[in-house]
Amino acid sequence: MDLSFTPEQEAFRAEVREFLNDKLPKRLSGKVRQGKRLTKQDYEEWHAILNDRGWLGVTWPTEHGGPGWDVVQRHIFEEETTAAHAPRVVPFGLAMLGPVLMTFGSDEQKAHYLPRILNGEDWWCQGYSEPGAGSDLANVQTTAVRDGDHYVVNGQKTWTTLGQHANMIFCLVRTSKEGKKQEGISFLLIDMNTPGIEVRPIVLIDGEPEVNEVWFSDVRVPVANLVGEENKGWTYAKYLLTHERTNIAGVGFARAGLASLKRIAGEQQQDGRPLIENPFFAAKVAQVEIDLMAMATTNLRTLAAAAAGQAPGAESSMLKVKGTVIRQQINALARQAVGPYAQPFASESLDEGANAEPVGPDYALPATQAYFNNRKLSIYGGSNEVQRQIIAKAILEL
Amino acid sequence: MDFRLTEERQMLQDALRRFLADTVTPEGIVEATGTATGFAPALWEQLTELGLPGAMFTEEQGGFGGAGFDLMVVFEELGRAGLSVPLVETVLSGALLDAAGMPVDDLAGGQILALAHTEPAARYDLNRVDTRAERTAEGWRVIGQKAVVHHAPAAKAILLTARTSGAADAEEGISLFLVTPADVTLRDYPLQGGGRAAELTIDATLPESALIGPAGTAFDALQTAHARATAALCAEALGMMETVKTLTVDYLRQRRQFGQPIGKFQALQHRMADVLIEIEQARSAVINLCGNLDGPDRDLHVSATKNLIGRTARLVVEEAIQMHGGIGMTMEYALGHFAKRLTMVDHRFGDTDYHLERFIRQAKSRAS
Repeated sequence: MDLSFTPEQEAFRAEVREFLNDKLPKRLSGKVRQGKRLTKQDYEEWHAILNDRGWLGVTWPTEHGGPGWDVVQRHIFEEETTAAHAPRVVPFGLAMLGPVLMTFGSDEQKAHYLPRILNGEDWWCQGYSEPGAGSDLANVQTTAVRDGDHYVVNGQKTWTTLGQHANMIFCLVRTSKEGKKQEGISFLLIDMNTPGIEVRPIVLIDGEPEVNEVWFSDVRVPVANLVGEENKGWTYAKYLLTHERTNIAGVGFARAGLASLKRIAGEQQQDGRPLIENPFFAAKVAQVEIDLMAMATTNLRTLAAAAAGQAPGAESSMLKVKGTVIRQQINALARQAVGPYAQPFASESLDEGANAEPVGPDYALPATQAYFNNRKLSIYGGSNEVQRQIIAKAILEL
Repeated sequence: MDFRLTEERQMLQDALRRFLADTVTPEGIVEATGTATGFAPALWEQLTELGLPGAMFTEEQGGFGGAGFDLMVVFEELGRAGLSVPLVETVLSGALLDAAGMPVDDLAGGQILALAHTEPAARYDLNRVDTRAERTAEGWRVIGQKAVVHHAPAAKAILLTARTSGAADAEEGISLFLVTPADVTLRDYPLQGGGRAAELTIDATLPESALIGPAGTAFDALQTAHARATAALCAEALGMMETVKTLTVDYLRQRRQFGQPIGKFQALQHRMADVLIEIEQARSAVINLCGNLDGPDRDLHVSATKNLIGRTARLVVEEAIQMHGGIGMTMEYALGHFAKRLTMVDHRFGDTDYHLERFIRQAKSRAS
């Protein structure tokens, strides 16, 4: 048992810090810290900076242009980038599709798509969920029917995050109605510019069009865009989900959120004293901080097990539940800390260079927005109830 | 970063788990609580031979462990068994004697010393000492009362704190004395969680030599002793949680209602999943404390961990009883003993709220 990092790991941390100090544009970190809207160009700018250093595909092996980091290095990188208020790396191509292609894609697919993910030529989005397939992901109704060298795709995907920026989408489609619902699913790569695709934004409760509906009407997709084998898509989909869950605990986000909460509660005054010194409020903050301290170690224990070769299995379900609940508690406390200025909804001030001054303190609207937006955490990626089900079955064997 | 046990600790854990599984039963623990010492003296001798007190101390002190993770390994196993033996007292006494420059090799060899510090009006405040000691021509005149002195009935000698100067809540002025059972009056009783303790009254003149270390300076050592003992108690609580979890999962698989095992009901599956998640959090909290026991943030982690353990213990106990139903209410089934013993963890060395408040103070002083 040893909670400390090795000198090599500490040196790596210093290297990451120096890089962030030199290369992370203050304009971007300022926007993240202030909760401003990030544009497509903001994300692309940060991706390009990371890619220049070879640090974009953090989970990727060196042969595909990744840094070849172990899990501890990835953890340190995540800690440092979130602490520095770097924009998040958009995960769909890098963290989700990339590993699937490396494992199940053809040589042609790897050679074509992987470099384009890194250099930003392709912006991927995820076509998993459907109106009738939320946590019951295998209930895919979107069909793909073979017609010569093409599949003809019809159906609807939803909750497609940042789909408005994407030129490519990876989709689960039904190629067979035989057998169990998991058995007739295939994994297709689809160009968003193909005729018959329509994208409609969905405005969420924070007022932001973060997700979309994507409609497919007789969309012709070359057979060469099938990943792996027809009707084996569920295997690849599950593989992708294990990668989706590697950073599921969100410790870095939680720490950044806690620091922001303490800043807000330090500035807000109640009865002539900072709110953070109010014993009732301080107790709530302290309790979630204590939970986070334990959570960080639970996360490290899982990482250490993964480093020792144990695949992240149902343990990631525990991290998902606890990690998301902690982040939501922090968001709720920050919203509470803001006080009456949680009410104004003048969201034009969230745009960079907006002429509109924020109403009330500049942290008020972002804190409230984060609260509403992060209600998604316990729903997406397999709702927390689905995660409890996985725990009950896979760990408790009930 | 490494979460594996060293080979030595792994061997100790394996040996201890085997021995306790073969030797200890909840019924035996409850039965021993009714005897004069509150535990089986022969069992303590066997545990001493296995090296339990020795694992509490470093090699220089005459032991073979002494680090936070040594405490964790040993106490988690004692917790799994639900056993009450005076090993927390060894940790407390060892830290106090060591701080006073006294040898601890007798403790490493199994000597039992109780600590009489907490008082009826002190609740969990370590600085609150009303018991007074005055230097007279005959020696130290000591008058006062001590509350819930664990294992006092079994101890050959007792470490006792008394105030030699200052106000009742001053950190300065607390002194440590070594007294014999003949110097004090004990009213002994069984404890809810097994084992025995006593209310202690002292109105005696002690020899000059009864003073341990310089007069009036025991507070720092008391803090260190309680930090180590809290780590031990939290690890013990973790072991108890593991046993309660096993008992409950087994019950969910076996107990049938409405034609199927109750573990098939989603309402219970989700409750049990939450219990499991929180026990993993408890394990992380114990690791955090044991890994920081000799570090600068020790007291921050003491309070963070004791708070989290207190909350988790309550959840685990209440959920386990509820999911067991009627059988969870009886002492005819193993859960009863563990439920009570685990509940009592929050009543020693500061409870959930006490440590939440202390955590806030610690975090604030660290930040400034």
